[in-house]
Amino acid sequence: MPRLRDPLTPDDHALGDDNALVAVVEYGDYQCPHCAAAQPVVEQILARFGGRLRLVYRHFPLAEVHPVAAPAAEMAEFAGSRGLFWQMHQSIFAAQPRLSVPLLISLAAHLKLPPVAARDALASGTFVPKVQRDFSGGLRSGVNGTPTFFVNGERHDSPHGVATLSSAIHQAMLAARS
Amino acid sequence: MADILKKGTQAPAFTLRVTPDQTLSLDEFAGRRVVLAFYPADWSPVCGDQMSLYNHVLPEFRKYGAELLGISVDGAWCHQAYARENKLHFALLSDFEPKGAVATSYGAYRDTEGVAERALFVVDENRMIVWSYCSPIAVNPGADGILDALEELPSLGEEKCRG
Repeated sequence: MPRLRDPLTPDDHALGDDNALVAVVEYGDYQCPHCAAAQPVVEQILARFGGRLRLVYRHFPLAEVHPVAAPAAEMAEFAGSRGLFWQMHQSIFAAQPRLSVPLLISLAAHLKLPPVAARDALASGTFVPKVQRDFSGGLRSGVNGTPTFFVNGERHDSPHGVATLSSAIHQAMLAARS
Repeated sequence: MADILKKGTQAPAFTLRVTPDQTLSLDEFAGRRVVLAFYPADWSPVCGDQMSLYNHVLPEFRKYGAELLGISVDGAWCHQAYARENKLHFALLSDFEPKGAVATSYGAYRDTEGVAERALFVVDENRMIVWSYCSPIAVNPGADGILDALEELPSLGEEKCRG
């Protein structure tokens, strides 16, 4: 069973308590319809477990099939550099069917981020290394498509995908307590 | 699951169709490393399918001096359409006639379904299999095993420097 090889770092985008019993790492692609479909489930899980869970999101853009996935990841990083990663993350998934580079810039403007700086960040590739680091780390950890979840370091392999994530988290919590 | 060829076995030679009018042989890669990825069929209905994923790993494979070849029993025209749709930048070989002969020679053919296993082989510059893995047919094995195997091989440049 593949395990997460890149430990969580302060560079990661995380929700929930730093000392939570269970950490979930999601590798996702902003243009992947399965990732967008998993979004509401992930939000329900966050609401259910609250601070007892730590959620980390890392980028795994399949750029050859999803041409806007990499710029979208860079835009999320740009927003993250100004403290608005999760707001941008949600905005991008909500806008997925219409995603384009001009739309990414206007999402930035909606979040009161300077659109010129947003455009410059994409044009100069400021956040390309961060996105590539996430992607390479994901490959070495056995990410085999998107979304891929790791629950306390273990890849969540289930024919039902995200639908069984909640029970996997629950199991991990019981295991961590015992 | 099939009994695929193991580490330390000579990789069986093959010549397969790579486009409707061209063939490719394993011999053409003499002195280089090759990753052989047998898979059941083109057109699996997910965005992170195995070949599409490997398309994004090519730079990492090449960093280790390895080329990637995808092999299934699909015909060359089917491969062409599939590669175009997914913008694949590596060769897909057609183990079509006689059907599955190459997959069989690697122990990676499923007689009941008539398709190749999801089997991976890393072949070194001396045409030896240095790593192999057969995944359950429904599970995309990812790239971590291949990258680990390539990482363990000595760097190709080193031997030249000694001479």
